[in-house]
Amino acid sequence: MPATSAIMPTTSATGLLELKNVSKSFHLGKRRIQALQAVSLTMQSGAVTGLIGPDGAGKTTLMRLVAGLLRHDGGEIYVLGIDVDKDPQSVQSSIGYMPQRFGLYEDLTVQENLDLYADLQGVLPRDRAKRYEELMRMTNLGAFRGRLAGRLSGGMKQKLGLACALVRSPRLILLDEPTVGVDPVSRRELWAIVYRLVENEGVSVLLSTAYLDEAQRCRDVVLMSEGRILHQGPPDSFSQPLAGRTFQMRVPGITRRTLMRELARRPEVVDAIIIGDDVRAVLDRAPEAQKQVKGAFPDAVLEPVAPRFEDAFVDVLRSFKSESTQAPLVHPAAAVATGYTAITKGVGAVAQAGGAVIEVKNLTKKFGSFYAVRDISFSVEPGKIFGLLGANGAGKSTTFRMLCGLLPMSGGMLRVAGYDLRTARAAARSRVGYMSQKFSLYGNLSVMENLRFFSSAYGLTGRNRNRRIDEIVWKFGLGSVADMNSGGLPLGFKQRLALAAALMHKPDILFLDEPTSGVDPLARREFWHRINALADGGVTIMVTTHFMEEAEYCDELAIMAAGRILAMGTPAEIRHNGATPANPNPTMEEAFISLIESSQRKAA
Amino acid sequence: MATRQPMPVSIRGRPRRLRGLMRKEFLQIIRDPSSIAIAFIMPVVLLLLFGYGVSLNAMHVPVAVVLEKPGPDAYGFVARLQGSAYFRPVMMASMQQAQRALMRRRVDGIVCLRSSFARDLTRPGGAGIQLILNGVDANNARLVSGYVQNAWEVWAAQRAAEMGKPAPFSVQIDPRVWFNSEVRSRNFLVPGLIAVIMTLIGALLTALVVAREWERGTMESLLVTPVRLSELLLGKLIPYYVLGMGGMALSVLMAVFLFHVPLRGSVGFLFLASSLFLLAALGMGMLISTVTKNQFVAAQVAIITTFLPAFILSGFIFDISSMPRAIQIITRVLAARYFVSILHTIFLAGDVWSVLWPHALALAVMVVVFLGLTRRKSRKRLD
Amino acid sequence: MAAILRILALMIKEFLSLLKDKKSRFVIIVPPLVQLLVFGYAATYDLTRVPYAVYNEDSGGAARDLLADFYGSPYFHRVAVITHQGQIAPLIDNRQALVVVHIQRQFSRNLLSGRPGRVQVIVDGRNSNTAMIALGYVRDILLAFNLHWDADHHVAGPPAQLVTRAWFNPDLLSRWFVVPGIVGLLTLVVTMLVTALSVAREREQGTFDQLLVTPFTPVEILLGKALPGFIIGMAEATVMIIAAVWWFDVPLLGSLLTLYAGTVLFVLAAIGVGLAISAISATMQQGLLGAFLFLVPAIILSGFTTPIANMPKLVQWITLADPLRYFMVILRGVFLQATPLHLLVGQMWPMALISVITLSASTWLFRHRSY
Repeated sequence: MPATSAIMPTTSATGLLELKNVSKSFHLGKRRIQALQAVSLTMQSGAVTGLIGPDGAGKTTLMRLVAGLLRHDGGEIYVLGIDVDKDPQSVQSSIGYMPQRFGLYEDLTVQENLDLYADLQGVLPRDRAKRYEELMRMTNLGAFRGRLAGRLSGGMKQKLGLACALVRSPRLILLDEPTVGVDPVSRRELWAIVYRLVENEGVSVLLSTAYLDEAQRCRDVVLMSEGRILHQGPPDSFSQPLAGRTFQMRVPGITRRTLMRELARRPEVVDAIIIGDDVRAVLDRAPEAQKQVKGAFPDAVLEPVAPRFEDAFVDVLRSFKSESTQAPLVHPAAAVATGYTAITKGVGAVAQAGGAVIEVKNLTKKFGSFYAVRDISFSVEPGKIFGLLGANGAGKSTTFRMLCGLLPMSGGMLRVAGYDLRTARAAARSRVGYMSQKFSLYGNLSVMENLRFFSSAYGLTGRNRNRRIDEIVWKFGLGSVADMNSGGLPLGFKQRLALAAALMHKPDILFLDEPTSGVDPLARREFWHRINALADGGVTIMVTTHFMEEAEYCDELAIMAAGRILAMGTPAEIRHNGATPANPNPTMEEAFISLIESSQRKAA
Repeated sequence: MATRQPMPVSIRGRPRRLRGLMRKEFLQIIRDPSSIAIAFIMPVVLLLLFGYGVSLNAMHVPVAVVLEKPGPDAYGFVARLQGSAYFRPVMMASMQQAQRALMRRRVDGIVCLRSSFARDLTRPGGAGIQLILNGVDANNARLVSGYVQNAWEVWAAQRAAEMGKPAPFSVQIDPRVWFNSEVRSRNFLVPGLIAVIMTLIGALLTALVVAREWERGTMESLLVTPVRLSELLLGKLIPYYVLGMGGMALSVLMAVFLFHVPLRGSVGFLFLASSLFLLAALGMGMLISTVTKNQFVAAQVAIITTFLPAFILSGFIFDISSMPRAIQIITRVLAARYFVSILHTIFLAGDVWSVLWPHALALAVMVVVFLGLTRRKSRKRLD
Repeated sequence: MAAILRILALMIKEFLSLLKDKKSRFVIIVPPLVQLLVFGYAATYDLTRVPYAVYNEDSGGAARDLLADFYGSPYFHRVAVITHQGQIAPLIDNRQALVVVHIQRQFSRNLLSGRPGRVQVIVDGRNSNTAMIALGYVRDILLAFNLHWDADHHVAGPPAQLVTRAWFNPDLLSRWFVVPGIVGLLTLVVTMLVTALSVAREREQGTFDQLLVTPFTPVEILLGKALPGFIIGMAEATVMIIAAVWWFDVPLLGSLLTLYAGTVLFVLAAIGVGLAISAISATMQQGLLGAFLFLVPAIILSGFTTPIANMPKLVQWITLADPLRYFMVILRGVFLQATPLHLLVGQMWPMALISVITLSASTWLFRHRSY
């Protein structure tokens, strides 16, 4: 890794943002958690600086320290030349800040939210009309000024939050994960706004994100992990060292999922993910790595490809982890896979009974006169991963809630494992696992107490139950946090715990509602390894997601918009569907956006 | 890169920020009907229910009458009972039957005239009238006993007059009940109810609103703006104050025009005292909300600390001066106690400044304490 | 068997989430006990030291004797001796004196000459109940004085004497009937506290969905949610009954079995109402509002402070839905009257009915209240 100081721009000493040896710790119960350790940072002005890192790296803490919302234990922070510790109010008066969950007043309209922030920021009434006009043009919210913020889609809410933080056009703006839980179309629009700000108004932006492709859009990137800055520099400086180590690979006769799993087990492979019809592999620094892979898969076709930021991220973090901690943050896929191959009894029975495990016909849900889901049909075969994709508010969650029997349907038919879950007896429900969007666990109970509760809820008893809990704790690497309250865990741990709870009873069918929202790339990879292993073991999985590269893991996809299914098929078919003359070979994200846009054009 | 013009910022920041926050709060109140329901519908419904329902004036009390030997003299006494609106005499054949009725609470008391009643009337020692009360509800029993005693005195005096004898009771009482000459319990219960209901409204309106801003994350966005802490608190306080005063006005109107409670004091002072009390109640709600930062615990604390103490310790029903000394001291931290006293005086007695001002001052102190504590406990920080 | 274990797991979870957090544990345990002590002493209709003032215009011995009776009474406490009419108003207005005893000039002479002597008694009527009780005390003193006077001066007294006895509470101590009432009051508040927000909180945090997709049947969820409330409610009721007997010296004459039969039904009814409120509410704020809207009328109209018989018919009908109304009768009956079980059946079945209705309503709402 190149020395950080060599890349650090020296022109940035504008007094925009300077952190010197900043540290910060929290007390969580009896534990003391070091959130930031001797962090030093200087920000370039007139550019976007990206702050990336896994969950619990300290990104949000850093943002809050800069905004004067937390007091640091040691070091100095200067924002726009002001010492935050001494005068937090003048910092807060002069910067813009958009927290992770932007506090929009959902019972106020778009215009009323803007007015509130204009009042608070002291924007003169005569300047407002012009500013609102600019903001509306940027965010495309002009048509929705009178709509309640609570009725906006997730992406629109984020745009409105951004607009509220921008009413006064501050010199520095902090955006804490502005694109979490936002669909690709809205994500693209948010970035357009950020760029426009930087170019037209000279605003400097500090932005944290969990999407690594977004890091490539920043001028300067700061990579954090466990409260430390691992590397700072332009995005290219991250991926350059990986030149010649990244390949797209396929092996005739082996499915991509199996190939990925096999590759992930090999020591010389740093990372393996599914891209399109191939598996993308990042190999070890050692020169013989390529030979070793070829030796293991003689028929393999290896195409060298250009390294991406994400490859570097995984590479840097993995090497950092293996040096610094023993925490099993990334489990070898092999260990994960072995646990689930035995769960086939129940599935076999269902499969024999006749094909599809999940059957949906003409499913409809109306709220008042509004169709949340309109006449959708699909079916899922046992042992398959079925993905439901769509923009915010497309009706994915509503469909899910109906499938799980949480919401009555207005019309149509649905069967899960041969039962209508709404009326199904407890026995039918015991074959289903469900993980909700919010990772709903009892926040004031410890990890162990949560596991004990869910194991008993699924009827596990005595030695069986203890053995199952031990197994789950080991497999999901929850041992180190077993006695902590689950509410205080980093998001990645919460997600793992939620999945562990949903798998407690070895279900045949697993429902995952945006299971990776807001979770960092490493945890996401690990998560998908588990899901793949489950599917290999015969579990049927139904999943919704915003991450388009995750769609590639699915056997079949349905893309939803405005309550209807726009397209359905294998990932390759969907990509093919989204092809346009201008872009004959689109990525999943491009295909998704073109499908959505063409449907919107049709509607208009 | 375009050169950047710093945007002009209003110098009249403070009033504008405050106005913005207040407008936001008002809009939220209008959009969420539950706040309006709390402020306007709750006092109306509760006051109607309790104003009519809560009464200590026992009327038509069922009393068993056992005449072991009926005769004109015995009937003469019973006629006295029958003539009173306070009683509903139920004739019973035997003492056993009457006792069973008393046990089952069918009657509140037994009046028994022995078989020797008529004969003993003329004897020097006089006859005996036995009154047996069900003492389970001691207050009611005492009232019934007073009523019977009254009837007995009137009967004896009348009988003496008829027979041309001197009045049997040498000393006669000439009671004057000031402020409430008909001794209507409603006249003191309704003003007290207003205080209890306003305590609830104050706590309910604010107990959750600050906690909700923390939980929904809106607080974090507000903090990183030029807004000052005092503006945040005032921006919450003023809208709910206006709302609460609306409910208060409604309650006072109902008390005067529906329940015919006299309003003898000055309306101006009533306004001042209500304002102070409401600010204290809202301040307490905000303090709970700020300290807990958690809707669940805030709700629990609000239930525990507002209603029952206001109901039992405020002097609304139970007289504070009859409480043990230690308990009297405890009641001093209750805003409702001062307000109940002010309301009783201002409605029934009038402008007795020597009562009103010290109590209003106590309320003012509580306002300062609650709001000061809320200010101290809130931080423009997350840790 | 599996169902029992599941319910047990849910109960353990409920207990943990109620009692694990220090703040929440404190709120459930400490305030009710403190309130029992404070309210037990505070809630009394008995006037112990009625502050009174004397305005005596008569110099005779009869007046002196009468005033000596007042002075010697433990129920009265002299705060002032005044000398002219104008001093009365400020004393009453400022609440320094509740009663002013005014003896007019000719009092003793009238009495000695066989004419009635009049005593004017001025009472502060702001609290009409207090005024009535104070007047009653004054009457008692005057009556005793009269009988003495008649006997000493050989005047024929009234033709019949009124002999009053109060059964079950001979000294008419209000503590005897208030403290059992407080037991009911606080038991209701605690059970509401435990149940009224429990489902609403899970709804708001999303865990209720998680619960609904597990094999729990609605009845199991009901039992798992109700039993912790039941145990906590019964435990608090027991502590308070013990405190009533041992600390406040309220006689417990009836059978414990009858008392507990009533307590069980009452706690069940309270849990039912609490869970129904919780199951209807989508947010904790709605749950809190619902809890208040039930608690306040339930307590004020329960007959705890003012007799239900004094209420207009319409309000009396409304109280039929109030479980506390029935429990009040049971508590006071069993404590003071030793009322046997068979006489309380009329109070028991309405509570049973309320619990059945509310508990089944909540069970239905668990699954059918979608949002």
